[in-house]
Amino acid sequence: MSTIARKKGVGAVLWDYLTTVDHKKIAHLYLISGGFFFLLGGLEALFIRIQLAKPNNDFLVGGLYNEVLTMHGTTMIFLAAMPLIFAFMNAVVPLQIGARDVAFPFLNALGFWMFFFGGLFLNCSWFLGGAPDAGWTSYASLSLDSKAHHGIDFYTLGLQISGFGTLMGGINFLVTIINMRAPGMTFMRMPMFTWATFVTSALILFAFPPLTVGLIFMMMDRLFGGNFFNPAAGGNTIIWEHLFWVFGHPEVYILVLPAFGIFSEIFATFSRKRLFGYSSMVFATVLIAFLGFMVWAHHMFTVGMGPIANAIFAVATMTIAVPTGVKIFNWLFTMWGGSIKFTTPMHYAVAFIPSFVMGGVTGVMLAAAAADYQYHDSYFVVAHFHYVIVGGVVFALLAGTHYWWPKMFGRMLNETLGKMTFWLFFIGFHLTFFIQHFLGLTGMPRRVFTYLPNQGWETGNFVSTVGAFFMAAATIILLINIVVTTAKGEKVPGDAWGDGRTLEWAIASPPPVYNFAQTPLVRGLDAFWLEKMEGKKELTPAEPLGDIHMPNSSFLPFVIAFGLFVAAFGFTYHNDAGWGLPVGILGLLITLGSMFLRSVIDDHGFHIHKEEVLELEKKEANA
Amino acid sequence: MANQTNSGNERVDLAYRRRKNAEEMRHQMIAFVLMILLTLIAFAAVGYEEFSHWFVVPFILLLAAVQVAFQLYYFMHMSHKGHEFPTMFIYGGVAVMLLLVWAFTTVIWW
Ligand code: HEM
Ligand SMILES: [Cu+2]
Repeated sequence: MSTIARKKGVGAVLWDYLTTVDHKKIAHLYLISGGFFFLLGGLEALFIRIQLAKPNNDFLVGGLYNEVLTMHGTTMIFLAAMPLIFAFMNAVVPLQIGARDVAFPFLNALGFWMFFFGGLFLNCSWFLGGAPDAGWTSYASLSLDSKAHHGIDFYTLGLQISGFGTLMGGINFLVTIINMRAPGMTFMRMPMFTWATFVTSALILFAFPPLTVGLIFMMMDRLFGGNFFNPAAGGNTIIWEHLFWVFGHPEVYILVLPAFGIFSEIFATFSRKRLFGYSSMVFATVLIAFLGFMVWAHHMFTVGMGPIANAIFAVATMTIAVPTGVKIFNWLFTMWGGSIKFTTPMHYAVAFIPSFVMGGVTGVMLAAAAADYQYHDSYFVVAHFHYVIVGGVVFALLAGTHYWWPKMFGRMLNETLGKMTFWLFFIGFHLTFFIQHFLGLTGMPRRVFTYLPNQGWETGNFVSTVGAFFMAAATIILLINIVVTTAKGEKVPGDAWGDGRTLEWAIASPPPVYNFAQTPLVRGLDAFWLEKMEGKKELTPAEPLGDIHMPNSSFLPFVIAFGLFVAAFGFTYHNDAGWGLPVGILGLLITLGSMFLRSVIDDHGFHIHKEEVLELEKKEANA
Repeated sequence: MANQTNSGNERVDLAYRRRKNAEEMRHQMIAFVLMILLTLIAFAAVGYEEFSHWFVVPFILLLAAVQVAFQLYYFMHMSHKGHEFPTMFIYGGVAVMLLLVWAFTTVIWW
């Protein structure tokens, strides 16, 4: 919301969002675009399930099926799950640590626009010949042979651009959490979601560079005559697989650790009890991240690395189950003896435990290298990762949406509709994926566009498709809920659920631009709860009321990212058309030029004066 | 929060700070001279025909590692207080990359 509440035209609002550097608005941007890509990926999933609903179907055949399948995976991981996680990190982390913004607001906006234009570029492939078709893992042996259209080039350049955005976001949160915590907020007083964000950001910092390198090699091979992955010219196709999975396995933890963080908040809030075993939770999170870097080759057991390498990576993989188990027990003990309130977010949290544990168990099964020769590339693997990703990450994103919606938008999502969404989604999820374990065990390979009748796979596939439609229905109800709430939802106070424990619940919903009129003093874990238990309604301030320094909005992040978008088009086509190279260079000039402008223009930001702050706070109190 | 890390605190006694700065300067000078020396040695090692490549390549890599350490610790003040996080993340990154190189050399190329 702007400093001075007033009605603005559509154009002004649009311009506001295009130039914003406010973490709360950037959270909205991530939420909207991540949500849009989630719907797109969901539509692709429905198409996949329709094609597989019966044997010998011809709804999506051959190449087109490969494109839809590839784009489903790529979209869901890079363009839906990641940005939605960033949405919550942006919306919540600065508030949870008592800060006025992230450390680098300009960089924050730039990160968003990089992700946005990368995703847009990737999806332009649909209209320009064909989408990438080598799977979300894009193994070099497939992707270097995909020569019918530029699909793979859209994948490499699109992910490269959005990957830069993610890397920026990660670094920004690291610096924010290290440097901008309110007085008294020691590391061991940070809320679990902030901890998860911190560790996840470190994972991003270390895991994305290998992907960047892999994508650069791939770009060289496909567009600039390189031979990194081409065995005929002395390259090695396995190198891509290693680079991809050195990134790829930490990536799954980049997705799931924030999910763990979200659930930790929800369990504590709605059990109305301090999180059980807080320090062991922190330790387990760090340990999972650490181990997550030493297990990537469990995706490559069947490549032929030899028994020693397989054994090492198998054992390393299995050890991750230990810290994960610690967390599961801590959540159970948090609920134990609590006075539990079954709100919509709590529904997801409770359902998450058995669902995620099932995914973990199949994970340990897969980690047994010898057995993996049987499971690998079958529907069993598909079942495994959907159990962890949907049962863990997507449940958390839905739970987080319900939990923090009132904080982000000032209105409560309808609880009845919310619970309907939950039940439909929960039933649909298990219907879709449980049976896939057995399809896999009876030999159905993944990534095939059809199968023959009388192999015992008809019923399983049909059930699975029905389940997918349940999840689609759930999503539609969620959308209706959002529309209804936005139109006439009830307005909520700062502590929207009444049971808030962390700092974000101590300020208005939605928070004012400057978040905290006075930086709060943190006196323990669950700082807001602590104050409430002492009968106070507000936080103890750590500074006198004064002028607040704010950064200026800027259109440059948009332009910098847009330049790369243009450049990507140019270089994709530079071998086919004369305009390719000039357009590529033009794009780079746009980017470098606006970076130059950013460096030379002095931008000192502005101040919100003390009187203004007082007036705003008074208005909040009366509202 | 300690985010002003490598600037001196004005309130500290002036004489002490003088001495401290002089000492710092001396360290920087020594490091600088050593770095030039190391560079000369590296050039000499490559230029001298008698040494085999099997000696020269690891040797100059070792010199390079020493140079990086000098750069980080003497010129970028990583040894000072308040650099714990950068230190942690630099070594974390180095560890991840070493693991990667180790895995590549053992699993892919042998
Ligand atoms: C106890 C923890 C886990 C273990 C032991 C484990 C183990 C494994 C193994 C061995 C594979 C390779 C199977 C194969 O391709 O043959 C695999 C695949 C996969 N896992 Fe996990 N996993 C665990 C947790 C997770 C989590 C938390 C996520 C994500 C949030 C995840 C996401 C994936 C994905 C996406 C794949 C498939 C990648 C692909 O080939 O497309 N796993 N897992
Ligand atoms: Cu993995």
